[in-house]
Amino acid sequence: MMNSILPPALIFILGAVLIPFLRGKAKAIYMLALPVVVFIILLNLSLGNTWIVDFWGYELIMGRVDKLSLIFAYIFTIMAFLGILFALQVKDNLQHVSGIIYAGSTLGVVLAGDFLSLYLFWEIMAVSSTFLILASRTKASREAGFRYILVHLIGGLFLLAGIVLYVQKTGTIAFDYIGLSGLDSYLIFIGIALNAAAIPFHAWLPDAYPMGTPTSTVFLSAFTTKSAVYLLIRTFPGADILLVMGGLMVSVPIFYAVLENDIRRVLSYSLMNQVGFMLVGIGIGSELALNGAVAHAFCHIIYKALLFMAAGSVLQMTGKIKCTEIGGLYKTMPLTCLFCMVGAASISAFPLFSGFVSKSMIISASAHEKIFLIWMVLQFASTGVVDHAGIKVPFFTFFGHDAGIRAKEPPLNMLVAMGIAAGLCVGLGVFYQPLYNMLPFPVHFEPYTGSHVVGQLQLLLFGALAFTLLILSGYYVPEVRSKNLDADWTYRKFGRFCYGILDRGLNSLNRISEGLLMGAVKGLVSFFKSAAVKIALFVSVNIWLLLGYRDKRLEIKKNRLYNDIIQGTLPIGIGAAVAISFILLVFILT
Amino acid sequence: MKKELTIFDNPKNVKRLRYGFFVALVLILIAESFVEMHGEFSVEHFYGFYAVYGFISYVLLIFVAKLLRKIIMRKEDYYDE
Repeated sequence: MMNSILPPALIFILGAVLIPFLRGKAKAIYMLALPVVVFIILLNLSLGNTWIVDFWGYELIMGRVDKLSLIFAYIFTIMAFLGILFALQVKDNLQHVSGIIYAGSTLGVVLAGDFLSLYLFWEIMAVSSTFLILASRTKASREAGFRYILVHLIGGLFLLAGIVLYVQKTGTIAFDYIGLSGLDSYLIFIGIALNAAAIPFHAWLPDAYPMGTPTSTVFLSAFTTKSAVYLLIRTFPGADILLVMGGLMVSVPIFYAVLENDIRRVLSYSLMNQVGFMLVGIGIGSELALNGAVAHAFCHIIYKALLFMAAGSVLQMTGKIKCTEIGGLYKTMPLTCLFCMVGAASISAFPLFSGFVSKSMIISASAHEKIFLIWMVLQFASTGVVDHAGIKVPFFTFFGHDAGIRAKEPPLNMLVAMGIAAGLCVGLGVFYQPLYNMLPFPVHFEPYTGSHVVGQLQLLLFGALAFTLLILSGYYVPEVRSKNLDADWTYRKFGRFCYGILDRGLNSLNRISEGLLMGAVKGLVSFFKSAAVKIALFVSVNIWLLLGYRDKRLEIKKNRLYNDIIQGTLPIGIGAAVAISFILLVFILT
Repeated sequence: MKKELTIFDNPKNVKRLRYGFFVALVLILIAESFVEMHGEFSVEHFYGFYAVYGFISYVLLIFVAKLLRKIIMRKEDYYDE
C-alpha cells in the first residue's frame, strides 16, 4: 500500500505556499495537480487511523479513515478540483492561496480523529475563508468579511470551551459519538451548528457569501457548512433538536429566497434550505436517514457549486447579478444557461438528476419513522426549492424580461468546470449505485419506484404550474431592489442601538476618559499600524526583489500592499500574522 | 457579432412550450392510476395528493412571502446609514 508522509490537509496547505512563485501554465498545472495527488492518496488509504503524531503526551490523529470520513474527503477533494479549475484564469494569488488552504483545512477537519487537530484546522478554515470574502476588495465585502470572521471566532470559542470541558471530563482528546448531555456537549454542539448555519446561528451565511468574487463564492458554498454536517453526523446523530433546527432551516429561508433580489443571495438561502434537509436526516438518526444526509451532502456540494458557478459566470461577464438588472441571457450564454438548468433540475430533485436519489432517502426516512409533521414540512420545502432555485434563478437570469445585455460565454476553463459538474449531476442521478456503495451504512433503498417518481413529478410540475399561473396573472412576487431583514440585524442595528444608549448614558465618564485614554490609544494604534506596514513592506519588498520585480512594478506592488493594510483590506490576517511573527522573532532573539 | 438564440422571441414557440407543459401535467396525473402508490401515511393514498399539495404549497409560499415582505423589506442601503 502506498502512503504519503503528509496528510492530505497539509499537502494542500503547504502546497499553497508555492503558488505565488509560479507563473502561467506551470501555475495552472501545479494547482490542478494538488487535488489529483490528494485524491490518489485517498483512494489508496486503508480503513483505520493513520498520521498519528505525538504532541506533548497527546495523540494527534490526522487520519481517522472510515467510510463516513472517506466519502466526505472524496467529495471535498473533487470540489477543490472543480473550484480551482473554475478559478484558473484569476490573476489574484490571494484567492488561489486562501482557496486551497481553505479546502485543505476542511480535509483536516474531516479526517481529524482528535479534538486538538480538529480545532486547529477549524480555525484555519475560518481565517482562510474570510480572505475569500475580502478578495472582492470592496467596502461591502470588507465589512461582511469582518462580521463573518467575528461570528466564526465566537463560534470557535464555544467549540474550544466545549472541548476543554470534554477533555477534562473524559481525559482523552479523541472523539467520536458525543450526544447531547452536559455543558461540554452543548458548547461543542453550538460551535458546530454555527458553522452549519443552523437557525438561529445562520445570519453570517447569506450576509457574507454573496460578497465573494465570482469564483471565490464557489469555494465558500462547498466547505464550511458541509464539514459541519459531517461533524454533526459523527457526534450528534439522532439529536431531537436537529429536527427542529432542520425543520426551520428547510422552511424559513425559502421565503427569503422568494423575496431576495441578488441571485447569489437567493442561492445562499437555498444553501441553508438544503443543509436543513441534511440536519433533519441527522436528527432522525436512523441508518437510512444518516445515509440520506451523507448522500445529500455529496450531491448538494456539486449542484450547489454548479449553480454558484453559473451565477459567478453571469456576474463576471456582465458585472451584474440582481434579478432587476439581468434577464434574457440565454441568447448569448446558452451553455451557461444549460448548465444552470442542470443544476436547477438537480436541486429540485427531478428524477434522473442527482438531488432525486439523495433527497428521497431523507424524506422516506421521515416517513418510515412516522414523523408526519416533518414529512409534510419536507414536501413543502421541496416545492419551495422548485420556486427559488429551480425556476427563479434560471428564469430571471436567462429568460424573463430581456435586459438587453449581450454578454459572451465565460472563458473555456469556467465552461469546462461547469460541464464536469453538470455531468456529475446527471451521472449521479442515473448511476447512483456507486454513490450508495460508498455510504457509511449498507443501503436497502430504491429511489426509482413508480410511486416515488410519479409523486415527485406531480409535486414539481404542479408547483411549476402554480408559478406559471401566478406570473401570467401578475400575482407573482415582483422583483424589487431591497434589503430584507434577517438575524444579522441583531448585531448590525440593534447592537449599534444598544451601544448608542450605553454611549449616551456613560457620556460624562466617556468625555473624561476619552481625553486621557483615546489620545494614548490613538498614538499606540498608529504606532503599531505603521510598524506593521513597515515590517510587512520590508519583508515583502525583499521577496519581490528576489522574484525579479523592479522599478514601476515594484512601486505598484508596494502601493497596493500599503493601501491594503492602511485601509484594512486585510484587517486581521496580515496584521495578526505580522504581529505573531514579530513576537516570535523577539522571543527567539532575546 | 456572434449569432444569438432567439427562439423564445417568437410567441409561437412560447405557446408551444406552454402546451407541452400542460400535456405533461395531464399525463403525470393519469400516470398515477398505472402505478401502485405506496406510502406510510394515509394522505398519500388520495388520488393526486402530490399534485394538489405541490400546487397549494407553492401558492401559499408566494402569498406568505408577500406578507413577509411588508415586515422585513428595507431600502437597499439600510445598513449603510
